[in-house]
Amino acid sequence: MTEPQPPHGSPSSSDADRSPSQKLPGSPGGVGTGNPMAESPVDPDHVSRGGRGHAETLTRILEESRGVRGVSLWQDAWRRLKRNRPAMVSLVALILLGITAFLTPLLPLQSPLDKDLDHRRFLPPSTEPVVMGSRAGLKFREASLKAELQAFEAEITEARAAAENSADPEERAKALRRIDNRIAVEHPFNQLWNKLGPVSFAMVRARVALFGDYAFPSLFGTDKLGRDLLARVFWGARVSLIVGIVATLVSLLIGVTYGAISGYFGGMVDAAMMRIVDMLYSIPFIFVVIYLVTFLGEEQVKARLESFGIDQITIFYIIIGAIYWLTMSRVVRGQVLSLRQEQFVEAARTVGASSMRIVFRHLVPNVLGIVIVYLTLTIPAVMLFEAFLSFLGLGVSPPDVSWGLLLNDGVEALSSIKLFWWVVVFPGAALAITLFALNFLGDGLRDALDPKMKNRG
Amino acid sequence: MRSLLGFLVRRFGWMLLTLWAVYTVSFILIKLAPGSPFSAERAVTPAIEQQLRARFNLDGPALQQYTDYLWNIFTRGDLGWSLKLEDYSVNQVIAEGFPVSASLAVFALVFAIILGVSAGVISAVYRGTMADLSMMTTAVLGIAIPNFVLASLAILLFVFMIPIFPAAGWGTLRQVALPAFCLGAPVAAYIARLTRAGMLESLNREHVRTAFAKGLSHRTVVLKHVLPGAMLPVVSYLGPATAGVLTGSLVLEKIFALPGMGSHFIYAATQRDTFLATGMVLTYTVLLFTMNTLVDLAYAVIDPRVELE
Repeated sequence: MTEPQPPHGSPSSSDADRSPSQKLPGSPGGVGTGNPMAESPVDPDHVSRGGRGHAETLTRILEESRGVRGVSLWQDAWRRLKRNRPAMVSLVALILLGITAFLTPLLPLQSPLDKDLDHRRFLPPSTEPVVMGSRAGLKFREASLKAELQAFEAEITEARAAAENSADPEERAKALRRIDNRIAVEHPFNQLWNKLGPVSFAMVRARVALFGDYAFPSLFGTDKLGRDLLARVFWGARVSLIVGIVATLVSLLIGVTYGAISGYFGGMVDAAMMRIVDMLYSIPFIFVVIYLVTFLGEEQVKARLESFGIDQITIFYIIIGAIYWLTMSRVVRGQVLSLRQEQFVEAARTVGASSMRIVFRHLVPNVLGIVIVYLTLTIPAVMLFEAFLSFLGLGVSPPDVSWGLLLNDGVEALSSIKLFWWVVVFPGAALAITLFALNFLGDGLRDALDPKMKNRG
Repeated sequence: MRSLLGFLVRRFGWMLLTLWAVYTVSFILIKLAPGSPFSAERAVTPAIEQQLRARFNLDGPALQQYTDYLWNIFTRGDLGWSLKLEDYSVNQVIAEGFPVSASLAVFALVFAIILGVSAGVISAVYRGTMADLSMMTTAVLGIAIPNFVLASLAILLFVFMIPIFPAAGWGTLRQVALPAFCLGAPVAAYIARLTRAGMLESLNREHVRTAFAKGLSHRTVVLKHVLPGAMLPVVSYLGPATAGVLTGSLVLEKIFALPGMGSHFIYAATQRDTFLATGMVLTYTVLLFTMNTLVDLAYAVIDPRVELE
């Protein structure tokens, strides 16, 4: 996996339109050029001095060479990836998943939080229609979310107007604070959804405007507290995907920086830095992480961290990212080690580019291919780890939902005598399909970016 | 022989250094945590808390505690007392849990190697057939399904629907089989993929062509000339595989209610049983280090070109 790879060149055609501020191309030119003539344009004046037939041949070759385009590694890889059907299906599926996860608040789903212990516990999947806000316990006006929303907002506007009119500034501030508190507790959105951000809030509002009180029936059934599983799977996707992506990016940042620096400087620095990685490899990190998570999850620690503006999910990203960078740094270091002998690095050094500039401007872009492959293989690992931690009760905590948490609920429900299969099958399938797709895409990318396969297949 | 001895000594030195680093980091974290391990319980009177602290050697200055604990480990291998399990020393807890976890892990690894290697060999030899395709799809599924989901589905299937395995308990082979299977499945899937890739690569080697040309039977060529070469990536994967199995056993011990180290560890971590948790982390580090060393040794045995360094 760490075998040296030729540098990933950009297409020779684009070398010309590099901005002048970048004195040196980050790569030694077009690697995949099919025809060498494409890179060495022939000067027609020079040609005319030779024999006539000779000149004609040369112009002909020149004409031909104009038609030949350099194929960059990326174009080549993309072409090969397109031919890999499982990888393409996975890519499309993942893009769709990402879009639906982003648009979840806009979809007419039921509330992922609203419990109904009396009537809706462990309902099997059904197509029975559901009206938003119809549960009696919510005490929504006309038993409808839309009507309640309108009435509530009218009340708030009225109250706010009344508050603005009061003369005493202290009194007014107090009244406004009361209104804010009331919104936090009584707003129908805050009763049905958990901590909506400003974007999600606007999206839910748009959804009410678009679909009114319509909601998808409980196609996936309901869980032990009578919450709709379909909505929970969708909302859980958001958390699981974000954890996967952000934590992977953190690991990417650490791993690439560490590996590139270690590989570029070599010698003692490299030896020391890689010794540290070796040492970290033999620490059973999961245990340290569990330890850390429980420690950081304590009320007092949490409160102190929150005063610095760090909430628990951020810690989660950082911790997971901090474990998964090891392999990435090794791979990047191996690549950089072979790349730093290349002439373009020498050239950059000659014109006085600083070490940091060489590392991040000239070396890192050339290892991007392998980094992307590892990225697609790290995301599933991180998502699995999130599920694992949530399963142990150490990850995402309610009222947030993630797939791991849903699976945990599902597994708990399984041990009872009746078979509530839907509580485990649907979240499990969602997680498995996502991981499946990421694995296929990662394998496909690895094959596509494999330099041994260049201009083949 | 000399290089082997030197290798083992160096490895041992690194292990000590790693253990020291792990211990120091966890000690600092524990000391930084607000409150005390006793603060979560019912409010105790200051006098009793003083007694508790004295008993667990938590009353001295931090540096004193640090060196005392380190000294106890080095001289007597004593990891201290559990704070929450009454009258249990950490060593006792580990001694009780270790056989369970170790046998579970060994069963799982053996199962994973046997299943993974045979599946990989078959799908490489019959490349492109339905058997290959279905086995590799199963392998990807095995990687993509979290083992706790697999475990709960397996319980559903083999305990409730077709009652051939008991749901919980520990001691007999039948009770070990199901958890070991669930624990080993993802590892088996990975090994199958590695074996297949390695087999395909070494099937194209020249020595294999020579072996075929000599007229050796297909079976002999595959087993004697192709398989050993294909085993190298599998052997180097065994280190991470051990780590994976140790991690997975945390979950499986919870699902199958097995009295192993994993369940104790989770308990210790969540209940802030600091000595128990530290002791467990140190034990796991030793286990992982030993396994990695064994893997490197095995690698050098299989591939004579590899030198121990």
